[in-house]
Amino acid sequence: MMEMTVSLLPLTFLLPLAGTLLLAFSAGRLGERGAVWIGTGSVGLAALVTALVGADFALGNAGPQTLTLYTWIAVGEFAPSIGLRLDALSLTMLSVITGVGFLIHWFAGWYMRGEEGITRFYAYMNLFVFSMILLVLGDNLLLLFLGWEGVGLCSYLLIGYYYQNAANGAAAMKAFIVTRIGDVFLAVGLFLLFTQFGTLDIAELVTRATQAWSAGEPLAQLAALLILGGALGKSAQLPLHTWLADAMAGPTPVSALIHAATMVTAGVYLIARMHGIFELAPAVLYLVGMIGAVTLLMAGFAALAQTDIKRVLAYSTMSQIGYMFLALGVGAYSAGVFHLVTHAFFKALLFLAAGAVIVCCRHEQDIRRLGGLRRRLPLAYLSFVVGGAALAALPLVTAGFYSKDEILWQALAAEQQGLLIAGLLGSLLTGLYTLRLIVGIFHGEPKSKAAENAQPGRGPQHSVPLLVLAVLSTLLGAWLRPDLSAVFPAAPGADAHAGHTAVQLIASATAIIGILLGAWLFLTQGPKLARLAAEGAGAFFWRWWHRAFGFDGLYDRVLVRPFLGLVQSLRRDWLDAFCGLAGQLALVLHAGLSRSQNGQLRHYAIATVVGATLMVVILARA
Amino acid sequence: MILAGLILIPFLGGLLCWQGDRWGEAPRWIALATMVAVLVTALALWAGADFRLADPGAAAWLRELRLPWIPRFGIELHLALDGLSLVLIALTGFLGILAVLCSWKEVQEGIGFFHLNLLFVLGGVVGVFLAVDLFLFFVFWEMMLVPMYFLIALWGHSEPGGKTSTYAAVKFFIYTQASGLLMLAAILALVFAHQAETGELTFSYEALLATTLSNELALLLMLGFFIAFAVKLPVVPLHGWLPDAHAQAPTAGSVDLAGILLKTGAYGLLRFALPLFPEASAQFAPVAMGLGVFGIFYGALLACGQKDIKRLIAYTSISHMGFVLIGIYSGSTLALQGALVLMVAHGLSAAGLFVLSGQLYERLHTRDMTRMGGLWGRLGSLPGFSLGFAVAAVGMPGTANFVGEFMVLFGTFPAAPWIVVLASGGLILSAVYALTLMQKVYFGPAQKSSPLPGLDVREYSMMLGTFALVLLFGLYPQPLLDTTGAVMSNVQRLFEVPAVSSTFNLGGK
Amino acid sequence: MSGIPMEHGLMVASALFAIGLAGLMVRRNLMFVLMSLEIMLNAAGLAFIVASTAWAEPHGQVMYLMVITLAAAEASVGLALVLQIYRHFRSLDVDAVSQLRG
Repeated sequence: MMEMTVSLLPLTFLLPLAGTLLLAFSAGRLGERGAVWIGTGSVGLAALVTALVGADFALGNAGPQTLTLYTWIAVGEFAPSIGLRLDALSLTMLSVITGVGFLIHWFAGWYMRGEEGITRFYAYMNLFVFSMILLVLGDNLLLLFLGWEGVGLCSYLLIGYYYQNAANGAAAMKAFIVTRIGDVFLAVGLFLLFTQFGTLDIAELVTRATQAWSAGEPLAQLAALLILGGALGKSAQLPLHTWLADAMAGPTPVSALIHAATMVTAGVYLIARMHGIFELAPAVLYLVGMIGAVTLLMAGFAALAQTDIKRVLAYSTMSQIGYMFLALGVGAYSAGVFHLVTHAFFKALLFLAAGAVIVCCRHEQDIRRLGGLRRRLPLAYLSFVVGGAALAALPLVTAGFYSKDEILWQALAAEQQGLLIAGLLGSLLTGLYTLRLIVGIFHGEPKSKAAENAQPGRGPQHSVPLLVLAVLSTLLGAWLRPDLSAVFPAAPGADAHAGHTAVQLIASATAIIGILLGAWLFLTQGPKLARLAAEGAGAFFWRWWHRAFGFDGLYDRVLVRPFLGLVQSLRRDWLDAFCGLAGQLALVLHAGLSRSQNGQLRHYAIATVVGATLMVVILARA
Repeated sequence: MILAGLILIPFLGGLLCWQGDRWGEAPRWIALATMVAVLVTALALWAGADFRLADPGAAAWLRELRLPWIPRFGIELHLALDGLSLVLIALTGFLGILAVLCSWKEVQEGIGFFHLNLLFVLGGVVGVFLAVDLFLFFVFWEMMLVPMYFLIALWGHSEPGGKTSTYAAVKFFIYTQASGLLMLAAILALVFAHQAETGELTFSYEALLATTLSNELALLLMLGFFIAFAVKLPVVPLHGWLPDAHAQAPTAGSVDLAGILLKTGAYGLLRFALPLFPEASAQFAPVAMGLGVFGIFYGALLACGQKDIKRLIAYTSISHMGFVLIGIYSGSTLALQGALVLMVAHGLSAAGLFVLSGQLYERLHTRDMTRMGGLWGRLGSLPGFSLGFAVAAVGMPGTANFVGEFMVLFGTFPAAPWIVVLASGGLILSAVYALTLMQKVYFGPAQKSSPLPGLDVREYSMMLGTFALVLLFGLYPQPLLDTTGAVMSNVQRLFEVPAVSSTFNLGGK
Repeated sequence: MSGIPMEHGLMVASALFAIGLAGLMVRRNLMFVLMSLEIMLNAAGLAFIVASTAWAEPHGQVMYLMVITLAAAEASVGLALVLQIYRHFRSLDVDAVSQLRG
């Protein structure tokens, strides 16, 4: 029985792959219903398989194990396999991907109704699920890298899904290229690790590394730093974070699946998976926490000053991943992954609810042009309130509270007060921007025709995924906390308890203050805030935060434009022109000599005479 | 005898095509049948051979054909086949079929003579991959140029007011001919050095392998070979002919150029330049790898700036061949094997891209990307295939290009970490140019809403077959690796002994 | 015959040669060019005769016979060409016939 279910594991990614192939080769013959059924069904079945395997795993019928399908490449000791690693961590990720992924696929059937090229959409989505599953199940770094690049490709394709707007294509390119920069770091990290240890198998690699390297070894620091580079790109952390906000050009279910629940958290997964290497590089681990803290604050401020619903959510995603990095940085891997799970629930919920609002208001997604939708779209409102509460970590009743509280407590236990304070400040900001978003969309008066005439979504495709995710975002979701003690070393706060309650109280207080302050500010002080943001220092901060501290402009000036200038200046291929000089020289000589061949008989006669005379003179001299 | 057959089939087929001109479309079918025959023969050889038994150490041929030709000068008709040549001949057969198929509608004038030239090029290439007599090798090396010249000059596209196809053809011819002369001089010098040493005048590869040369002479002769092969590969700064030839050539010409002719350069390095001059090559390796890195960046940067889709693809070839060059000179079996996989992968993916741009040209009558845009919804499954091949050019895992590039980088890292770090930066640029291509051609507002004709059965099966191979070797490259394993470890062994010298250690480790 | 010193004979030959050469270089009419050539050939012939007389050797006379033959052949081919050129270009101006310029 036990062998049975585990051997089903490859089905989790083969089913979505089959879905992709079926959709890709159908050439539009399936129609919209067929595409939705195949796209959603394949992920649904994958979720079912995951549930079976997960049940066996939870019951102890199947322990952590590796399932090798075949050897991918074999040259000497370079022999990465196509092998799957099943343990608590990969199972957790797998559950999130297939479970949340299934709900989002389901919802997308409603969201994408009537769009052109829905077959293409589901083919990409299934391909994404396939790659993401390989990423988390791969037992060696090269297979992980396959999934890693695969999700990047799908992200590119889905951001650029509405191809007719060239700006979407540009956003997609930006996402791919910025993450690719990170990927190159990761690739070099792979080269380094393989050269040092002669294997790419993750478990084997970490074992050999712990034997060969002592903590603080320069090479270990370098390897960890390179892996971190990959994680930063994928997870949109400073300084490779600029792509995520633009990535919102894709359809909203895509933002929910890829840019909130799964792909962007791949960096967290990577660091958690490679924690053995990071443990050997304490300085880099500290850097992980610092980057997380800075990103969460930066993104929190930026989220305050956005006008597009999806951009607010994008920056809040960045900020929440910052929390996860913070957790990883203090060595609380389990807390980081726990927050990853709860974040997948409530952020997917928020994005889907945002999608519902956007579709109901005829693709209006500017907060300043919405408002008063509370009564017209009750389900979306409910989803936003539940999801927003979880995001702002409303104490006791939401899933987000438990995971975030865990992170803050571990930061204290690891004696990283600076990180703790950043986390608390961030949670205050979270409350503020969440309330600003909810109040902006649902309260006050409708500020446009689209908002006045909003038609609520109907049917189970629309409501069931929202309701399920809403339930998972509450206290109930926190009960699904995975037991990762077998995978990770003990967290800093595992044994200590001093101050835990205090942290909980402070964290709760901050969250509640944030929410109340937000409610007061945005419900009653709206006009005053608008005036404040329009002039003087307020306007400066508004613009600065709106542009997310100007990273885009900076990169544009420092990297993009010089690059384009270089490309432009090289366009003519100067090296080729240089080699062409030989040809030019021949042409010049040709021009000179051909002038003497003028066809004038008398000139030839003269030349003959002169030549003959010269010869005679020269011969006579000699 | 089967080896002579492999060479003769295309030549005889070519003559038949020429004569078949009077029966309308007949040359196309004859050419197709000829290339299928080559491919089937190669595959039959492949299936019937066991490569793992090849004796390590000695140059072990799977099959050999040795006939006297000009005994006075020690010249023989000496053909031999091993794993490396077999893989490349199979690739030639496959891309030959592709080249015939992709010109089915494109070439409408002088069908017979066109296929004569096409098959003569392919026959010459097969000869290059089989010949192990240096004189015979040189004969085939030159033999593939002339028909290629006619392909470009007679069936090429001329830009109005710009470069003509004759210009491109002449440039191609001069570059390759001049570098061929250097190789001829190097071959003769090597043969005479061998004669001075042993008293035997011979052009035989195996005999010449044992020649001992002074350091300076070896370096000089190695450079003669290297430059000839570097022009073909091409290595920046000797790449000037490639973009022009590609841009102006007919689709079939581009497919052959990118898919096969460039590979003769790499093959020559692996078969001749390295084994004949191991010490000199090892000394030269840092320079070669540096040129490789430079080529990766130079090709990629120029690719980013092109407007002509075929020029863009041509520059990406330069960039990819940089990786091959690094792999060849890295001195590790892993990287050498990677270079081979990358050669095959690039042959398939670049050919795919060229065929696609030919199909775009047939529908839009332009190669200028600024006049495309928004084509995603108008072309049926063509954008999907473009995406697939563009992604292969990026080196996406799952495609054979990834396997090749990463094996090269993994293999080279211990010897030259900084080279690898720099080359990895090229991976970013490859994303930039591939996505630029996609962005310019397929994204943006559609210029017209009317759908263009989608792919017909011929085009669809061409694309599907090529892409399936790219994926197959990406997910299961083992057949390739097993076939060439013995050859590559031989090359590596030759290279390894002198590579111990300190000049080779570029990295700080 | 022996009264004339060889120097005088050679001077006449050189003068004739110089006249022919000058004619070749300055005349534009093809007929005159041809005639100048004839003069130059005859000047060379004269030099042979003078030399053979002076040294009492028969070779010079033999050479002169050859020069005459050559001159006749040259005149016939040359005149034929001149005729063709005139038909083609309607002119005998040698400068107008410069089709062979590079």
